[in-house]
Amino acid sequence: MAVSRDKIFQQVQGVLVDALGVDDNEVTPQATLMGDLGAESIDFLDIVFRLEKTFGIKIPREELFPAESLMNNPQLVSNGKLTKAGLAELRNRIPHTDIAAFENDPDINKLGNLFTVNAIVNYVERKLNAA
Amino acid sequence: MRWIWIDKFVEFHSGQSAVAVKNVTLAEEHLHDHFPGFPVMPESLMIESMAQTSGILVGEARNFKEKVILAKIRKAVFFDYVRPGDTIKIDAKIESITPEAASTTGRITCGDKLIAEIDLMFSHIDQNLAGKEFPKENFVFTGMFESLLRDVLIAGAGQKSEQDR
Repeated sequence: MAVSRDKIFQQVQGVLVDALGVDDNEVTPQATLMGDLGAESIDFLDIVFRLEKTFGIKIPREELFPAESLMNNPQLVSNGKLTKAGLAELRNRIPHTDIAAFENDPDINKLGNLFTVNAIVNYVERKLNAA
Repeated sequence: MRWIWIDKFVEFHSGQSAVAVKNVTLAEEHLHDHFPGFPVMPESLMIESMAQTSGILVGEARNFKEKVILAKIRKAVFFDYVRPGDTIKIDAKIESITPEAASTTGRITCGDKLIAEIDLMFSHIDQNLAGKEFPKENFVFTGMFESLLRDVLIAGAGQKSEQDR
């Protein structure tokens, strides 16, 4: 049974409002979790738990928010920026996110800005349709 | 000496749930300031009692190998006051547990009255994503907490982990 994208967005919105203590109207599709909504690392874990519960899906570590394995690999990161290999790996890991803008300045400190509300909705949509 | 805000465990189901009780007494000095003439248990300490109950539950689920620390208060809603002479029951359940973290839900009741609903999130700091290193010895679970657990297990009101996890 396919769930509509709108319904998914509404539920993701609910999860983010609960997890981050923000208002409904702040959770727009383009809003970034860390920049616009003030999420911190512990919030990412909370969000994953809540998404799993809300949608009845399993989210393996790093599948939604890859970070650690990318940042700690010297072949993927050099001088604080992702290398070509790093960008390829990133594209591989998060097909649910558009990294075109990030590619212009692949500063690892800006990795967090990639995680938008839209990216989460995309991820959930893929997971639910694959099920 | 560690701050301890639970008196004993009355139930303990390893990896699943636990119930602790705490007796509130006028001998607790802070009550004379909170508030003068109207002593009530501060909500922050109720959260602490839930954190201790849930934290031990989460820690025991991994045989106290992890350093379990409170990372986030996901929800804390209070419905009624707790006064000196009250005995509160702190009921905690593990909602989910992964190598890096655990999330718990819980209720505090006094007799029939619902006092609070408190949901927490704990981090296993040795498995932290930033790769930070902490001292090897487990500074979270000291003798005091382990003896609380020993008593409920001896009394037969609980079940310990069946195997090393």
